[in-house]
Amino acid sequence: MADALSALFRRRGTKPWVGLALLAGVLLILPFMLAQAGTTWVRVTNLTILFALLALGLNIVVGFAGLLDLGYIAFYAVGAYAYALLASPHFGLHLPFWVILPMGALLACAAGVLLGAPTLKLRGDYLAIVTLGFGEIVRIFMNNLSQPFNVTNGPQGVTLIDPFRIGTFSFAKPETLLGLSFSGPIKYYYLLLVVMVVVIAVNLRLEDSRIGRAWMAIREDELAAKAVGIDTRNVKLLAFAMGASFGGIAGGMFAAMQGFVSPESFGLVESIMVLAMVVLGGMGNVWGVVLGAALLTFVPELLRHTVEPLQKGVLGRVVIEPEVIRMLLFGAALVLMMRFRPAGLFPSRARKREFAAGRGPEVP
Amino acid sequence: MSLLEVKGLEVSYGGIVAVRGIHLAVEQGELVALIGANGAGKTTTLKALAGMLRPSSGSVHFDGHAITREPSHRLLPRGIALVPEGRGVFARLTVRENLEMGAYIRHDRAAVKADMARVLELFPRLHERRAQVAGTLSGGEQQMLAIGRALMGRPRLLLLDEPSMGLAPMMVQKIFEVIRMISAEGVTVLLVEQNASLALQAANRGYVMESGAITLTDSAAALLASAQVRQAYLGE
Repeated sequence: MADALSALFRRRGTKPWVGLALLAGVLLILPFMLAQAGTTWVRVTNLTILFALLALGLNIVVGFAGLLDLGYIAFYAVGAYAYALLASPHFGLHLPFWVILPMGALLACAAGVLLGAPTLKLRGDYLAIVTLGFGEIVRIFMNNLSQPFNVTNGPQGVTLIDPFRIGTFSFAKPETLLGLSFSGPIKYYYLLLVVMVVVIAVNLRLEDSRIGRAWMAIREDELAAKAVGIDTRNVKLLAFAMGASFGGIAGGMFAAMQGFVSPESFGLVESIMVLAMVVLGGMGNVWGVVLGAALLTFVPELLRHTVEPLQKGVLGRVVIEPEVIRMLLFGAALVLMMRFRPAGLFPSRARKREFAAGRGPEVP
Repeated sequence: MSLLEVKGLEVSYGGIVAVRGIHLAVEQGELVALIGANGAGKTTTLKALAGMLRPSSGSVHFDGHAITREPSHRLLPRGIALVPEGRGVFARLTVRENLEMGAYIRHDRAAVKADMARVLELFPRLHERRAQVAGTLSGGEQQMLAIGRALMGRPRLLLLDEPSMGLAPMMVQKIFEVIRMISAEGVTVLLVEQNASLALQAANRGYVMESGAITLTDSAAALLASAQVRQAYLGE
């Protein structure tokens, strides 16, 4: 990780350790600063990191391998439900998180292969339609699998999910350490931060690896990729499997943090939101994708909390519902982005070239 | 034993039999041309030999090993490389990156570096444009790049699919010069061409294909002289 980060800073021509230390410092004290404004903001930050994890997983499929996946949220759902069912009173099971989380990742990985295998020959819009259908199938399963055996508890969802616990140390309970008070969300923040650093490191390594080059070759031209000896079938399956695993891990963490899951959280809109993060930030570029996730989770929340008080202060009453303005601004931002920076905020080098060559990618 | 031995190869495309049980053999070091009209099944044959299509029956042996249903990614390590029809270069990668991709299956870095230098020497045009994006090259240069990329995999048998297609006459001459050079260096070549006269002038032996079957085979010189070939493929 340190290698990859320092390489990044070196590329930009700054002293590597100064920038890195600064970034680490800010990230370490961030939750305490946010807690001053209210625990809500720590939760929003946690959600941001969670979506960044999801977006990084989807980036492997869409950004690296060029396979348009519109049902990605399904893997998030698999991870979340795996955790919920194995650590809640629903089945009376309370397995520890370090058992379930890898299990959820494995299950999501299997789901990824299950989706990947029959769609290997599809590309572009055809693949998008099949993956979209897959996402909906998973959601509908979660919704209806309460009969004849109650597996998922249907639309009511699963409640009272266990938080992460190591012995007597629980991530849900507040604690005071060295005079600082660590609330539940702050504890999760640090955990999420560690997971994200690991996921970013894996992504950066992947991009520069042999597999990364194989993905790029497939994205560019599948026949040519075959001609240079790439096993396109396995390499594509690997992209689906790895992307899905990351989604599964994020899903498990989501379930533990919320303490509650229901099919509502795993709809098409969520899939599109994650895709928008990848596209907005710059497909294929790890840092761009993280930024995309941050903007699309944090800014809407910021708007939600400022639009209402602002209207009340200026006009004396709420003229336009914050939700409406939020989505309006969000839509406008996306349209402007696509108009002025179609390759994303921080496109990867190869992607930039693709747009410069005047040929858009298959992804909207 | 021949380097490549094909017996009773049959390939179907969604119910239509495109190649009807053909026999052919290529000896070590030979340059063999497979000629025929559009739609005769030449490209299908080549794709099946390169592992891109699965034959429905028949057998293919390479260097004594049965490789009949092996996928493309297993054939390159064995030494069979295909230069696909219509070039198929990575349009948005540079010339150098394309050549590097050609060595994807290899791990001997020093030798790859040496081969890169050799290929760039073989194609001075590519050397001039090594930092240029492949999509901006001319058709002939792209064909050179596709051949160069295949050479980066150190093939023993090079399968060339219509290398002259869509190129200006000057460029076609150049490409054939290169093919002769590669052959002279000891790489065995199986060349599929519509331009029968050029292909037969370069080749040692030739096969004539018609609606999925091989109808004629002989030395290249004999085929060039044969009345049947002259009438059907050389426009006389």
